Amino acid sequence: MPLFDKKDKSRYATFTRRSLGLGGGMAAVFAVLAGRLYQLQIRDGDQYMVEAEDNRVSERLIAPPRGRIIDRFGVELANNRRNYRVLLVSEQASEGVKAALDTIGEIILLSDQQKKKVLHDIAMNKKFVPVPVAENLSWEDFSRVNLQLPYLPGIQCDVGEMRDYPYGSEMVHVLGYVASVSEQELQRSDDPLMSLPGMRIGKRGIEKAYDKQIRGRAGDSKVEVNAYGRVIRELGKDPGVPGQDVWLSLDGELQRFADQRLSGESAACVVMDAAKGDVLALSSTPGFDPNWFNVGVTGPQWHDLTTSDYKPLLNKAISGTYPPGSTFKTAMALAAVDNGMDDFVVDCTGSMRLGNHTFYCDAWRIGGHGHVSLTRGIQVSCDIYFYEVARRLGIDKMAEAAHALGLGSPTGIELPGEAGGLIPTRAWKMKRFGVPWQQGETLVNGIGQGYVIATPIQLCTLAARLATGKAVSPRLTHQVGAALHSHPLPAALPFSDKAFAMVRQGMGMAVNVPGGTAYGSRILQPGFEMAGKTGTAQVRRITKEERSSGLKPQSQLPWAQREHALFIAFAPLDNPRYAASVVLEHGGNAHTEPQVQFARDILTFAQQRDTLGRPTAYPVTSASAVPGQGRGPG
Amino acid sequence: MALRPYAAAKRTLSTADKLTEVNWGLVMLIVLIGSAGIAMLYSVAGGNLQPWALKQMAHFTLGLIVLLAAAMIDVRVWMSLAYPAYGFALLLLIAVDVVGHVGLGAQRWIAIGPLELQPSELMKISLVLALARYLHGKSIEEVSKPVPLAIGLAMIAIPAVFVVLQPNLGTTLIIVMDGCSLLFLAGLSWWWIAPTLGAVAASVPLAWRFVLHDYQKARVETFLDPESDALGKGWNITQAKIAIGSGGVSGKGFLQGTQSRLNFLPESQTDFIWTSFCEEFGFVGALALLVLFAVVIFYGIQTAMSARSQFGRLLAMGVILNFFFYIMVNGLMVMGLIPVVGIPMPLLSYGGSAMLTVMFGFGLLMSVHIHRQVEIPRHSGGII
Repeated sequence: MPLFDKKDKSRYATFTRRSLGLGGGMAAVFAVLAGRLYQLQIRDGDQYMVEAEDNRVSERLIAPPRGRIIDRFGVELANNRRNYRVLLVSEQASEGVKAALDTIGEIILLSDQQKKKVLHDIAMNKKFVPVPVAENLSWEDFSRVNLQLPYLPGIQCDVGEMRDYPYGSEMVHVLGYVASVSEQELQRSDDPLMSLPGMRIGKRGIEKAYDKQIRGRAGDSKVEVNAYGRVIRELGKDPGVPGQDVWLSLDGELQRFADQRLSGESAACVVMDAAKGDVLALSSTPGFDPNWFNVGVTGPQWHDLTTSDYKPLLNKAISGTYPPGSTFKTAMALAAVDNGMDDFVVDCTGSMRLGNHTFYCDAWRIGGHGHVSLTRGIQVSCDIYFYEVARRLGIDKMAEAAHALGLGSPTGIELPGEAGGLIPTRAWKMKRFGVPWQQGETLVNGIGQGYVIATPIQLCTLAARLATGKAVSPRLTHQVGAALHSHPLPAALPFSDKAFAMVRQGMGMAVNVPGGTAYGSRILQPGFEMAGKTGTAQVRRITKEERSSGLKPQSQLPWAQREHALFIAFAPLDNPRYAASVVLEHGGNAHTEPQVQFARDILTFAQQRDTLGRPTAYPVTSASAVPGQGRGPG
Repeated sequence: MALRPYAAAKRTLSTADKLTEVNWGLVMLIVLIGSAGIAMLYSVAGGNLQPWALKQMAHFTLGLIVLLAAAMIDVRVWMSLAYPAYGFALLLLIAVDVVGHVGLGAQRWIAIGPLELQPSELMKISLVLALARYLHGKSIEEVSKPVPLAIGLAMIAIPAVFVVLQPNLGTTLIIVMDGCSLLFLAGLSWWWIAPTLGAVAASVPLAWRFVLHDYQKARVETFLDPESDALGKGWNITQAKIAIGSGGVSGKGFLQGTQSRLNFLPESQTDFIWTSFCEEFGFVGALALLVLFAVVIFYGIQTAMSARSQFGRLLAMGVILNFFFYIMVNGLMVMGLIPVVGIPMPLLSYGGSAMLTVMFGFGLLMSVHIHRQVEIPRHSGGII
């Protein structure tokens, strides 16, 4: 057999041919690789450079400190305290998030609910975002975690800031509270801060009304991070803008006094500067501790808050609506004087008939009030007198006067959730019920029953307007940051001086002259005397049978069926500086008039303390010469 | 041939002759590429010789020694060692199933003393040797006859099955491509080739259902739509594309690649080392490296065609195809053109086994080059 034969030659030729073919194939693959390089690096290079930069640079939000809320004398009503927190970065938890939570749970107490929330937060955020595990730790717990930190992968310790309300429930209805951002709020807002884990925003009251200003603007720190989110170095930093302080017209001490005085009742009280409308106290009881919402309300707490008959979550001072009852007679009297009824006199026999319906007066059992003039009508709160006044005025003139006095529409107080109340008119009834107005309804509404409803802050505004004759409007905010809250001097009201004088005289008699409805609870200190008007609001209709068989004393009725007790007042009598309103839900008691006692004590306290005479501690600003600001109380 | 008295023209060559016959240009090219790899390992470690660059230098130096040693050995000696090498590699491959370590979800390593050996790497080169030897003895007609062809295919299939069971899809792919290319070069009839290609195309869906592991399927799925899971399984591809693309025309500069330095690129020292190179040296650098690779391959093909023995030709072509398939699979993978399979970039990626096998392959190629004038009869079995 020869060493080499023709077969070898032919396979060499095939090999060479096919090798060259494969070489061509390889060249083609190299061309593809080069083409792909061109595509990625040259054609799309810019886009990938941006993506690489996005990878590398992480913007860490810095939450600015929340602005304080301060009263007129510089007392901090809401501020921030140190918050020792433990955070978890999920991607650094080398043994998994659950294991990390279990380990930390051996050092500090963690409920299943807390763990569930952490897992939820982690699922909602990117892997490198620190999520709070526990907040408000004691220094002892915090130190323990810090000590164990080397054995806790993914766990970070952090000293943050936490909202604090030193006066707890006493101011909750003014200040509101902060709590975690809800899903809907997150979607509605474009503030990057909202998605920061652990972020709190204002949910009610001033905290909500001025949330944007109090929150401040997020700062950010641009850092270079590696793929695990670990910060390699800082590239740049923007510290953001701290939240602005809000200065209120409130007098914290008076507010606390009012709240303590009303505690135990379902009640509301508003005290304001009668001349300027500065709200000095705005109390609604019961309240709740706003700090609960900050750390998270527990199930039982929430159950109590939502199911109590006393409605602690409701700010009754601005959102509670009540028939004003006889307090409304002050507005009627004012309109009466200016409609030629200044010397109008009625003989009260205890009842009157209109058509086939009999209207009663409180004094029907003793045969009526007898000879009643306008001032005496206010003093003894004679229903028959004001039925007659109402019949003569007609509903439209009544409504006009009530609106001028601030009823029937929101006062514009800087708190969310204010109710507008209602002053009915013919047009309103037609639109609402499709039925014409009845004259009987004029009479009922004339004594503040029927459709008429008002809020305590509207009633306080009414008191202030009666006291000063000016269109005073309430306001709570003096200044936000460096910006003064503009509050023009109130204009005069479209009633005559004589009308105001007569109504004030009647209100003075109601409190300070024997026979007056509030005489038993008058202020005795000379110079501090108040004027006022009581009111009761029936929460149900009194039947004819009840009336003939004798009315049960209010104290014997179930709580929810008792009348609301109302009182509007101003003091001092001669030169009114303070206006107040008190509404005591289901607190009717014709003998002791507890709502008047509340007003008496609160107004006495305000005058003794001399809230309006003390120098305020508002920060000096260049704009402090704006009209209506920086002047002494009128 | 007779015009210049090449030492290679001699019947027997002294070691000194052989050293002068070494294609030093090719060696320098290999050193250049290897150095680029070591430099990148230094870079992805954040400018540190540890943990990779220093060890890779050792691997590379050892590889150069292996290369030269293998080059000195007569090609006929390699021919006679072909079958034993194949048998040894196959034994190791089986052993890996018994005592192997599981790395990255796949069983690939075997510990021999301090050395972590990847038998599948050894298998690739042994298969090339064994097939070259086997096909050397088959005439062009015999290659296409059923029995000899079946034996050839079995030589490919047996190791392929063990490697796929590890499981190591990438290496299996390369083993099969290496083997089939050699059958093709040996003159396999198109009557076999064309239907087989058709059958392979048809079997892809079947393989998907019955053969592939879940993690392999996941790779294919994420490959087809990497954005669907950009933070999960698609991470590798997405980040690799960002790394390459962000290099732009001239790159971010040596040690400046953010993607690898900040660990966005996983496995940047092994499978994705070329990606880091593209990031730091840009289109210009990457293209230059491709050209270097192409020149190496060109030398390889030239060597194969100038060898006078069929064994030498097939061996040289097998070695260079193996080298090429590495580059192709790795290059296409990191640039997002094929699914992610665990194949390193030859000479660049960190790893002792791969480096030594590649260098050993070049040693065999060099041996063919040095002994290119050696003629081996078709029925010869080597000279041991």
